[in-house]
Amino acid sequence: MADKRRKKDLTFLERIYIPEIIKGLLLTLKNMLKPKFTMQYPEEKFIPGGSYRGRPVLVQEENGEERCVACGLCSRVCPALAIEVQAAETQREKERYPEKFEINMIRCIFCGFCEEVCPEEAIVMSKDYELAFTSREDAIYGKDKLLVPVHQLKDRIEFLRSYK
Amino acid sequence: MSIWETIIFSLIKILIIVHVMLITVSYLVYFERKISAWAQNRLGPNRVGWKGLLQPFADVLKLLLKEDIVPNQANKPIHTLAPLLALFVAFTTYAVIPFGPDLKIFGYTIPLVVADINVGILYVLALTSLGVYAITFAGWSSGSKYSLLGGIRSSAQMISYEISMGFSIGGVLLLSQSLRPEAIVASQSGWMWNAILQPIGFITFLVSAFAETNRLPFDLPEAEPELVGGFHTEYSSMKFAGFFLAEYANMIIASALIVTLYLGGWQFPYLETFGLPYGWYVAISVLTFLFKEALLLFFFIWVRWSLPRFRYDQLMNLGWKVMFPLSLLNIVWVAGLIMIFKI
Repeated sequence: MADKRRKKDLTFLERIYIPEIIKGLLLTLKNMLKPKFTMQYPEEKFIPGGSYRGRPVLVQEENGEERCVACGLCSRVCPALAIEVQAAETQREKERYPEKFEINMIRCIFCGFCEEVCPEEAIVMSKDYELAFTSREDAIYGKDKLLVPVHQLKDRIEFLRSYK
Repeated sequence: MSIWETIIFSLIKILIIVHVMLITVSYLVYFERKISAWAQNRLGPNRVGWKGLLQPFADVLKLLLKEDIVPNQANKPIHTLAPLLALFVAFTTYAVIPFGPDLKIFGYTIPLVVADINVGILYVLALTSLGVYAITFAGWSSGSKYSLLGGIRSSAQMISYEISMGFSIGGVLLLSQSLRPEAIVASQSGWMWNAILQPIGFITFLVSAFAETNRLPFDLPEAEPELVGGFHTEYSSMKFAGFFLAEYANMIIASALIVTLYLGGWQFPYLETFGLPYGWYVAISVLTFLFKEALLLFFFIWVRWSLPRFRYDQLMNLGWKVMFPLSLLNIVWVAGLIMIFKI
């Protein structure tokens, strides 16, 4: 036990420091010359892939109507209680629609449960990650901000269809 | 030259040197940040001005606008004196460092050194030791335990490393047989650089210079993770900037000293044999000095971003059990060289 060489015992070459210091210096020098991957954010923006969970949005069909049937499952499943839905009826083939659909973005935790539970593929997570607001009122997103045309959400919908 | 001409020339030289030093210091801070960024695969400051080149001025402006806080427990006169002392030491040391051969202009011969005194090296050693007081005062007068610990560490460190520093200079003095910086430079003509003749002394001096300037791996007086900034914990605004300035000015002094003592000063090896006109000779010599200095400053920053900090007991071990005997060995080595080769 006592005569065993411990792992932290250094050899003579390591104990005179200088070769080790030179090794360390060369390592940092090598890193100095490597290309950098920093993104210059406001000018150059990160475009995430389909699996990215940004702000949840409502899908708007080509004819301008929302897909949502106001079943309220999303609001029911939301762990942060961020979604509020009020249903209303019309005379059209698709009778129900949300009269009021609000997501409180201060509460939203981007878990994606709403999208997972939605039977109509009507609420999906978008790629939008720039969510700054200056007041609490601004943070409550109504239908005007939530509706996004379906062609802008193709990536996410395709991702959901192949992996969900 | 009459006394008035000497005074005027000295004033001009002082003005030039002080301004060059201040600008170099501000850009050293910029390069410190840039090089640290490069070493960590980042870009570094690049927003203020072209490539971030106006960053130092923005930093200084910010510091000027900050509130100057003096803690209640502080000893106020000494608390104010400390950064001034640090700055004073940092700037006055430069007076004896020669940065070029004699300049011949308008019939005058101007030596490119502010004060060509024959005890130059002694003067430098005396002033750098005075620098300990600035840090110890700062630590003691702040009335804070972290500052006090930083100050104590600093004085212990400086005393231990000043010894090996002094003894490694001993080797240089044996060879040059003079304390005049000019004579030391002249003794290293061609490739007879002290760094080549006495590598052990060069290494001990280099390490001691790192310890004297409180740079990593020997920045125990500051030691951010342990001492919350050490001796300058309780400083803010321009007083803090004073310490900051002094630290970088000390770096410049240390590298200037290393260049003068070990790397042949302003001499470009065998430049005088090329047969250039005298003006060119002077210009190339000054540029050589600046180039060597810049390389050393880069080295200082490079080391900072590569090596971890020493523990306090390791620092003392290294100082007393390794550096001190090595610097003594160096003196023996140089004495042997002189005896055998009669240089």
